[in-house]
Amino acid sequence: MFGVWKIFSKGLIIENPIFVLALSLCPALAVTTTVVNALTMGLSVMFVLSVNNVVVSLTRKLVNHKVRVPIYITSIATIVTLVQLLLQAFAPLLYKDLGIYLALIVVFAIILARAEVYASKNSVIPSFFDGFGMGCGFTLAMLIVGTLRELIGNGSILGIDVLGHAYQPALIMILPPGAFLLIGYLIGAFKILNEYLEKRQKARGVAV
Amino acid sequence: MNDYLLLFIGAVVVNNFVLTRFLGLCIFFGVSKSLNASVGMGMAVTAVIFISSTFAYGVYNFILVPLHVTFLTTIVFVLLIASFVQLLEMVIRKYVPALYKMWGIYLLLIATNCVVLAVPLINIESNFSFGKSLVNALGSGVGFALAITLMASLREKLRLADVPKPLEGLGIAFIVAGFLSLSFFGFSGMIK
Repeated sequence: MFGVWKIFSKGLIIENPIFVLALSLCPALAVTTTVVNALTMGLSVMFVLSVNNVVVSLTRKLVNHKVRVPIYITSIATIVTLVQLLLQAFAPLLYKDLGIYLALIVVFAIILARAEVYASKNSVIPSFFDGFGMGCGFTLAMLIVGTLRELIGNGSILGIDVLGHAYQPALIMILPPGAFLLIGYLIGAFKILNEYLEKRQKARGVAV
Repeated sequence: MNDYLLLFIGAVVVNNFVLTRFLGLCIFFGVSKSLNASVGMGMAVTAVIFISSTFAYGVYNFILVPLHVTFLTTIVFVLLIASFVQLLEMVIRKYVPALYKMWGIYLLLIATNCVVLAVPLINIESNFSFGKSLVNALGSGVGFALAITLMASLREKLRLADVPKPLEGLGIAFIVAGFLSLSFFGFSGMIK
């Protein structure tokens, strides 16, 4: 049980796909103007990442090493198309908002990287949790960015006004430049957090 | 003619792929550490976008539409681009080794990259004619090259700057990109 939690939790902070590994940044900046968009994107990626890890892990003994990358890409593209069709059918407005970025999940470095680095070498259950954890970390990052951008840029969260009328929305946060600035500072913040966690672990190690 | 010119300028500065649409950021931040590499990457990306848009247009209009399987667009385009880039790499390595030395590594990085996939998808979404697709592809590529070259020049200067410790590396790169994006924002409204 502890092992599973360890695999799962490393994706959250220590190896957070966006802030620490700096992979798959395009969507993090593009669709995080509102919390709802950010959450949908995060969940879609989480789904694709977990399912693809399971598929890759199940077929790891059948796939010839030389053709593995095209096969991974086909598998990812199939799952992404599935998500696209589902969203188009059940949430057409969201589908329109996310637009081209949904199709672009196919080329997210994080998904191919996890398939190659982890799922192709491990059994199904750890692979699933690896994908799930990374997906959660991704969703968490998207939520942080989305919440901050909507709050500062629009004065609301999930479309509900929180800061009141006296607050003058800082439009720049909704616009592209704001996304770059915010992510830059958040990367710095995560670095500090990771250093703090490391130090605490070391201190504990000495105490034990 | 005017149409095409507007489309081109629009793709280069107004809707710059990197700075206003956030595509190709992985390469943008990964490669922009050195100016030489950035120029090479910019050219390689432009070439690949241009050629793959041509192919993608043909495949979409002459294969996917007549067969009514447009929902397969994403899968087909990814495989098309990945295999085409791989082929290009082999051909260049065989016949133009000098060029391969310059571009080789970048080509592999480009194979599954969002800019290269996004441009053909956008062309199809906006129902561009063949000519317009090509102009849009060329403009997007040039825009990418412009952005990455600017960024690389800034980052070379940045190496001498005194940056707060937690922001060193990627953090400050993002903030610089933010200001770059802000200045490109001045172009918005130029073209509707």
